[in-house]
Amino acid sequence: MSAAHWRKAMNSGAGRQAWPESAQEGAPTVDRRPDGGDSQDGKRVGAGAARQRHWLNWIVAHVKPRHLLILIALAVFPSVATPFITFQIAAQSLILGTIALSLTFLGGYGGMVSLAQMTVAGIAGYTIAILGVNGTPEISVDWPWWAIVPIALLLAVLSSALVGWLSVRTEGIYTIMITLAIGVAFYYLALQNYSVFNGFQGLQKIQPPPLFGVQWRDPVPFYFLALFWALACYFFIKYLLRSPFGIALQGIRDNPRRMNSLGFAVTAHRVAAYAVAGLIAGIGGILMVWYNGLITPGSVGTSWLINILVIAVLGGMRHPVGPFLGALVFVLLQTFAIDLIDRERFNLVIGVVFLAIVLFSPDGLLGLWARLRAHFPAADARPVSSTARRSSRH
Amino acid sequence: MRQTKRVFIRTLVSAAVLGALAAPAAAQQAPVKIGVLATLEGPFAAGGADGMRGAELAVRQRGGMVAGRKIELIKASSDAKPDVAVNSARKLVEQDKVDILVGPLSGGEGIAVKDYSKTQPQVTFINGSSGAQATTLVNPSPNFFRFNTDGGQWMVGLGEEALKRGYKRVMVIAEDYAFPYSQVQGFMTEYCRLGGKVPIKAWVPLGGKDYSSVIARIPNDVDALLLVLGGADAVNFLNQFEASGGEKPLIGGSITVSQDVLNYRGKKRDSLVGTIAGSPIADAYDAPEWKAFVAEYKKNFPDGYPSPSLFGLVYYMNMKAALDGLEAVNGDLSDGQAKYRQTLANMTLKTPTGDVKLDANRQAIGSTFITEVVKDAQGNLFNRVVRKVDGVSQTMGMSPADFKIGSRDEPNCP
Repeated sequence: MSAAHWRKAMNSGAGRQAWPESAQEGAPTVDRRPDGGDSQDGKRVGAGAARQRHWLNWIVAHVKPRHLLILIALAVFPSVATPFITFQIAAQSLILGTIALSLTFLGGYGGMVSLAQMTVAGIAGYTIAILGVNGTPEISVDWPWWAIVPIALLLAVLSSALVGWLSVRTEGIYTIMITLAIGVAFYYLALQNYSVFNGFQGLQKIQPPPLFGVQWRDPVPFYFLALFWALACYFFIKYLLRSPFGIALQGIRDNPRRMNSLGFAVTAHRVAAYAVAGLIAGIGGILMVWYNGLITPGSVGTSWLINILVIAVLGGMRHPVGPFLGALVFVLLQTFAIDLIDRERFNLVIGVVFLAIVLFSPDGLLGLWARLRAHFPAADARPVSSTARRSSRH
Repeated sequence: MRQTKRVFIRTLVSAAVLGALAAPAAAQQAPVKIGVLATLEGPFAAGGADGMRGAELAVRQRGGMVAGRKIELIKASSDAKPDVAVNSARKLVEQDKVDILVGPLSGGEGIAVKDYSKTQPQVTFINGSSGAQATTLVNPSPNFFRFNTDGGQWMVGLGEEALKRGYKRVMVIAEDYAFPYSQVQGFMTEYCRLGGKVPIKAWVPLGGKDYSSVIARIPNDVDALLLVLGGADAVNFLNQFEASGGEKPLIGGSITVSQDVLNYRGKKRDSLVGTIAGSPIADAYDAPEWKAFVAEYKKNFPDGYPSPSLFGLVYYMNMKAALDGLEAVNGDLSDGQAKYRQTLANMTLKTPTGDVKLDANRQAIGSTFITEVVKDAQGNLFNRVVRKVDGVSQTMGMSPADFKIGSRDEPNCP
């Protein structure tokens, strides 16, 4: 997004409405109050109706038949698929996608590639395991779920902000190195500490709370649980990207010095982005520990730190849907590659597919899709995509 | 190229959907589906590959048929992490619809897969080579069978042998997870009862590289070291121990002095001569069944080890149990496999190292070897059989109430 683009977006209605939430940067002041400030009731009602119409317009303008189709497909999916596909393929993809979404947000929109996202998810997961009920009585604290879930999310946000605070003054490869170092340090802490993390064996027998009489670990309820939170995170990120905070973040990604001279607190924005990413990763981490029913240092080991990056890159970092596509391909390959080729070589298939996708489309699966559309414009009703139209203006 | 890629991904997706929709054909003469789960990735990848060889050997010995039905082997891999093992097991059971699952390989995985087996009562689970005591001793699962003895049973007889050699005080150096706990418990239970002392136990992380702090803690007044380290950890420790001038005699765990450690090239090689160890396998065992097994292994797998590894043997035993049981019930897996499980629970399994029977928890009662490292004429190291202990039960002759599962602090006799 170019500088002119974000300036324009900031002056749009969406930007003005959401502004008070992130007014701490001392940015150019925008008049928040509607015209006339404390005006008469009649005017307020009119504003309310306008807002309602605005919402209707928004829905008409943005919700296309394909969006509804996808939603319906996601909803009826478990009734046609086997429990195995529902649980192990779909729910796992949604969870991994959620964790990778936090990296897409940081990397694609904040320009900060953090390898510690799985660590943040693992911190939330370990919190659930330790403070809740697990298979090691000496360690489990046995608090109820409504207490531990907020604590886990809070710890995820705090730890992610801490990672951000340590790493935001670095750029590019140094950010990767420092976040990798933090991730590996946490792995060894979990591996070698026995009083809290139970070392190599980790913690077992962790169940989601039996809320509303539903067995949440059964395939279909778990799928909808994962789907709900994945969609919530997805729309939250989509909303955030259009808010002034998101716009400013993208501005910082593109030109931090210019943003700084415009009066934006670059470091504060970046740390805040880490905190948001921590919330998303924390939600993914909690679902992850409920999905596996256990957590071990292996769950936060180097291979998983990198797998999250692979998922995000595979899907494409240009849109929040990318990580979910990447996670789906990743999980399908992990599960079925061994059926395609002889036993010791199935990791080769996984590697070759990743290599091929990244090699032929640097933007991942999303880039592949965009290029296909560019090749076959007839397939799309509109001649030019909205992104292309907008960027051609600048 | 882009086209092929898309086609490939599409094939994957459609394969998944087709697999999901296809109903399992349940004809009597349909092939019997057996899943095999071993670690083909991660730290035990070499052991997992040999486990697969062992399982395949049992199938090949029957010509790929059992009770008139074809055997369809479906393989799955994990990387020794419990969550990965459960995911792979779930794929075999729920997606590939196997009748019987053989696996997994390592201790933590075994406990996780046992827990999973409780949710799948229609499938019979038979262990691969995992050796944690808790798998069958704590909350055993009615459809999980283990035809190999566990890590504690593998050490029975070693404490007595150590005392016979004059090792009255021993320091323990072991990796810090379930399997070494079992091994140390198996050794110490007997050793402490007979009057031996273990003044100090050093638990080191799995995959550790630097053992200097542990070596510095070795007291002068111990007679020997009990070393329960696997693969690269054992080699690293031995090199550093040698470099620091260590001269204490060694007592080995079951995977400490296996072929992969003995065959590494280092100065410490010769000082390993005389190391005693407990193990379910002994390369130089001279029973005809064992020799026949080694010969068949070599014939079938020219690219395998010179002699089958512990994992190869144990996967072979468990797969053989699965097939022998099927043969005995004439392939009848009806009625929730009730008859098959009854047969498995009561049968006497003939293995290359002696007969195996199951106890009430479906855990093997079998034989253990006390071995000693010796050097042959060509200068190669191998394990000589000192003694064979038959009929070792999981509680080592104690009543289940007195028996305590090994942990960092249990047993204790400083």
